[in-house]
Amino acid sequence: MTPIAPLKSPQELEELKQKAISAIKACSTRILVCGGTGCMSNGAPAVFQAIQDELAKAGVPVRADIMSDEDEKAIGLGYSGCPGFCQVGPIVRILPADYFYVQVRPEDAKDIVEETVLKGNPVERLLFKTHDGVQICKTRNEIPFYKDQTNVVLAECGVIEPGDIRDYIARNGYRAMAEALFGMTPEAVIDEITRSGLRGRGGGGFPTGRKWAATQAAQSPKKYIVCNADEGDPGAFMDESIMEGNPHAMLEGMIIAGYAVGADEGYIYVRAEYPLAIQRLRRAIAQAEEANLLGDRILGSPFSFHIHIKEGAGAFVCGEETALINSIEGRRGMPRPKPPFPAQAGLWGKPTVVNNVETFANVPKIILNGAEWFRSFGNEKSPGTKVFALTGAVVNTGLIEVPMGTTLGDVVFNIGGGMRTGRPFKAVQIGGPSGACLTKDHLDLPLDYDSLKSVGAMVGSGGLVVMDESTCMVEIARFFMQFTQKESCGKCVLCREGTKRMLEILEKIVSGQGRMEDLDLLEELAIAVRDGSLCGLGKSAPNPVLSTLKHFRDEYVAHIVDGICPAGECEAFKSYTIIEEKCKGCGLCAKKCPVNAISGEIRKPFKIDKEACIKCGACADACKFEAIMRA
Amino acid sequence: MEGYVTIDGVKTPINGKKNLLEVIRASGTELPTFCYHSELSVYGACRMCIVEIEGRGIQPSCSTPPEDGMVVHTHTPQVMRIRKMALELLLANHHGNCQTCEKNTKCRLQELAQKLGVKNVRFGEPNELLPIDDKNQSIVRDPNKCILCGDCVRMCKEIQGIGVLDFVGRGSNVRVCPAFGKNLNQVECVYCGQCVSVCPTGALTIKSQVDDVWKAINDPNKIVVTQIAPAVRAAIAAEFGITDGEHALGKVVTALRRAGFDRVYDTSFAADLTTVEEATEFLNRVTEGKHLPQFTSCCPAWVKFVEQFYPEYLSNLSSCKSPQQMFGSLAKRYLSEELGVPRENIYVVSIMPCTAKKFEARRPEFAVDGDPDVNAVLTTQELIKMISEVGIRVADLPLGSMDMPFGFKTGAGIIFGASGGVAEAVLRTAVGSEPGAAAPEFHEVRGLEGLKEANVVVGDKKLNLAIVSGLLNARQVLEKIKSGEANYDLIEVMACRGGCIGGGGQPLPNDMAAREDRKNILYNCDAVQPLHNAADNPYIKECYSRMLHRPNSPVAHKLLHTKYRSRRRIQGEDVELTDSTSVEKVPVSVCIGTNCYLRGSYDTLRRLINMAKDAGLADRFDFKATFCFEKCMSSPNVQVGDTIHGGITPDKAEEFFEQVIKPTVDAKANEEVEV
Repeated sequence: MTPIAPLKSPQELEELKQKAISAIKACSTRILVCGGTGCMSNGAPAVFQAIQDELAKAGVPVRADIMSDEDEKAIGLGYSGCPGFCQVGPIVRILPADYFYVQVRPEDAKDIVEETVLKGNPVERLLFKTHDGVQICKTRNEIPFYKDQTNVVLAECGVIEPGDIRDYIARNGYRAMAEALFGMTPEAVIDEITRSGLRGRGGGGFPTGRKWAATQAAQSPKKYIVCNADEGDPGAFMDESIMEGNPHAMLEGMIIAGYAVGADEGYIYVRAEYPLAIQRLRRAIAQAEEANLLGDRILGSPFSFHIHIKEGAGAFVCGEETALINSIEGRRGMPRPKPPFPAQAGLWGKPTVVNNVETFANVPKIILNGAEWFRSFGNEKSPGTKVFALTGAVVNTGLIEVPMGTTLGDVVFNIGGGMRTGRPFKAVQIGGPSGACLTKDHLDLPLDYDSLKSVGAMVGSGGLVVMDESTCMVEIARFFMQFTQKESCGKCVLCREGTKRMLEILEKIVSGQGRMEDLDLLEELAIAVRDGSLCGLGKSAPNPVLSTLKHFRDEYVAHIVDGICPAGECEAFKSYTIIEEKCKGCGLCAKKCPVNAISGEIRKPFKIDKEACIKCGACADACKFEAIMRA
Repeated sequence: MEGYVTIDGVKTPINGKKNLLEVIRASGTELPTFCYHSELSVYGACRMCIVEIEGRGIQPSCSTPPEDGMVVHTHTPQVMRIRKMALELLLANHHGNCQTCEKNTKCRLQELAQKLGVKNVRFGEPNELLPIDDKNQSIVRDPNKCILCGDCVRMCKEIQGIGVLDFVGRGSNVRVCPAFGKNLNQVECVYCGQCVSVCPTGALTIKSQVDDVWKAINDPNKIVVTQIAPAVRAAIAAEFGITDGEHALGKVVTALRRAGFDRVYDTSFAADLTTVEEATEFLNRVTEGKHLPQFTSCCPAWVKFVEQFYPEYLSNLSSCKSPQQMFGSLAKRYLSEELGVPRENIYVVSIMPCTAKKFEARRPEFAVDGDPDVNAVLTTQELIKMISEVGIRVADLPLGSMDMPFGFKTGAGIIFGASGGVAEAVLRTAVGSEPGAAAPEFHEVRGLEGLKEANVVVGDKKLNLAIVSGLLNARQVLEKIKSGEANYDLIEVMACRGGCIGGGGQPLPNDMAAREDRKNILYNCDAVQPLHNAADNPYIKECYSRMLHRPNSPVAHKLLHTKYRSRRRIQGEDVELTDSTSVEKVPVSVCIGTNCYLRGSYDTLRRLINMAKDAGLADRFDFKATFCFEKCMSSPNVQVGDTIHGGITPDKAEEFFEQVIKPTVDAKANEEVEV
């Protein structure tokens, strides 16, 4: 990449922005291959290489980077961040026509170059088609998955090259920081954030402005900004996507926070399982330092700020802010009692702001567009947008951004496109492993901090797992409890021992050994763990249990009293029956049965001895005629 | 913080208390806790001290600062349910066998389960049994009884500055153990036993030698001799409800005779001897200006600490054996001559406030031809158990007097049991006193504070003293000496805060309040003695005239002094990589500890082995993968013969092989030729 001269003033930043804009405008075609983790592991590098080769073959010059304009005809080719629709990756976007190619293979490169680059036509077979095959969408915004989204934080993800700071600068990058440093007092910055109503996007929903104000008020010559990028919920990748797709937004947010509270040093605590995010962050930090947008005397102002990356080993509990601080300090990742809060005594005992990636990424936009603009999204108590990771039994899965307060039904049926399996909607698990299960009664519930809290759920970091009727809710509770039990740090008695015993009871129930009194004990225990645990992990660990006990108690009872799993998921309750009409009498099932529970004469229907059957399912797997019913 | 907190409807003053728990306890409600100790940092894990604070809900009182106007409820139904549930959960995962547990009737878990009325444990089986760590002389660690309150972890780290124990694992597999899952005898544990003192359950207990002692008593060939350390009397007095330490000691003497001990002596006698030897040594060092500051060496935990962490200061340690070892050495020699019995038939039992003394007694240098100077060490706790085993009611016994000559002591020998006592005893002797006049007292060195400083004029010299207790304090003082920030002539160090009165073998509670009481009892004992200067002890004088000639004489050195050595902190087992059966091999050990490993030691090792093979010298070297030479700064480290070489990264392996390893074989070959 061509070197960036250090910027000595906001004017120089503005000049660079204008140069970058005209350079990008001058580019006749820009090909962006999705460089998110999903597409990268789905073959994006091979697609990128194939496009590069085809361009060379066709004699089309390619720009060295977005600012190199030595050849007017040269087109742009680069990696973008993740546009969120990983399900249809690898994704290739062509700008400015905005063709949105999905499931691109290296062999498609030839057509992309010949048709699109040289002739300007879309390659029809690569365009997105709706589930029913009716609609073909040429551009991103025609796709139903995107139509109902509101992209604020993710606006640049998938549109810019995260590897080039000038692409971010062209889209107003670091202008908010420049405005804060040169046009606002720290108090004014905090005031703007407070008035915006921004709340922590990591799950707790604590007002960001109040956190900053408390840290600013703490008397100390040394303070820290910590970015919590320890995204640990299984299936959640909101923060990963921001770090990979637009790392500068979050860096800018951290610098603004540092200026506001009087901190000159920041840490990003990111899990080591995010190698691509770490690589992009390192590159972003290096480029920002090179451009004098980070480091000593930023843009010639008296303010200095340095950012370090601390890689975490992947303990879920390190997403809890005090455990995270312990981990940065080199101690065991265990939460500390609060008070003192990090704003009073955080990293190395100094006042510290801890916010997550998405929270910081919102900050530059608020400073740039004002608190009122931000409040125009979402609702009164929960302004702004929220990124969710939508997954499970819906048609469209991926990363979505919607205004706070969007109803659950809108997310599942409009953006998610309804149920993929055809089976009826049953529930949504929201907020990660320590979130709660919501039912069809909650489809009109607005997704915001307070509404969710009122039904015993939480936004959490934003995981949304949609389940249909084939999912057993007791098994779901068991599954998440197993996760939290393994990830409990083991410090406080109630979380360590309580999750172990809740799991024990749930295992009993799903294996058909449950008793009715177990339900009372389970509930009593869950409440004690919720009310008495030391940190957020323990306090929220019983959520899946409590919410399923509340909304799906009859399923628990069915397991215990009726001896059935209504969803048909729990192995222990399955019974295997040979359907006489379908059975050809081949005897394969009898051969496969490990306990010789199947007998019969060749060419006549076989029979399963239900007493002897151990419900392993080997017979049903082996049968070529679908003659064995599992129910 | 000042103001009032309303506790269960009662307005209670805060009175500067640092947390709500202290305020509640001061108000007369004994909130239960496992993980709260006022001396340690607040941990907040046991959840027993939770209360309901109006407007804030359920909060642990230990980590909540009291605020004026706070309204607190300590026993709402919700609070009680959570507390009982936490207890029930702990009980469910506790390998009970209460009746045979060392801690039976002294166990906090048992006590609270009783008090809170937890009658029913409704959960399944406890975790699988983990192995018990009892490979050392002093402490038994039974992880199956651990409730993970972390008291031991914080005690070792925050007060002793060592950090032998820590948490490992996650979820329900969390456990407390030394580094790398090793046993205590393989790590830097100094056996001070302070962890045992704070453990609420039977997870950390004293390794008992009571049975060994009974066996010796019941052996007709053995003369069983016991010495009682100064600090024991102070704790015994409190245990049996006797206020006078000497009084208590008299009863214990009677009890010990009834139990079957042949001779009962006082370690304070040996402390007097130590004082004379150490004062002489100190004055010599001051005159010569060598090896100053002089460190006291009575505390075996402190000695091991220096050997492990500050080997550069070994020559500063007084070469005097501790009173326990001086006694053993002297008593065996004296009694075998006096009674005409072979040395090995004299069985010396020490009764000590200390768990580290058990380790000290087993140091190989404190034995003659394999016969240890001290055969068994009983802690105060074990003494009490032994007495109660045979049903002797100590409080009702008549007073007995110690046997002579080793039963006679001055007050100087008694105050050895409290922090500052050794320094004061040495000063009393060093400063001296006119015959007939009272020995001078040095009140500035007394008390439980972790660091006390004093300036004393001895002859024409003004001397700086530091009196330290608690090994973290000792570490800080040593670091200050290292940096030149502090300058002392004599430093007394006791590993346990407050000195031996707070030793790891003392009865529970062994908190600072108990130590304060014991300290007072000891100084009262000193006050009632006729003599206060160790040098005035007539039997000490006799000892010198009959056996030892004069302080620091060659014979005194042989019997009463010792040497120290640098000690590795972590012991590992080497992995043999080449056949080591044939003779005349050069040992080559490559460290594969974490640091060296990360810098490529594994590759270095592989390359060295290959080079040896290629050079046809495979049978001339004994390659081992070893564990941590504690020279991580210069990693990767390779030891050839007795020399450790640093910085042997894989790329330097070849050069190293040619220049260092190969020549050792040539040297050996030359030797062989010469022979």
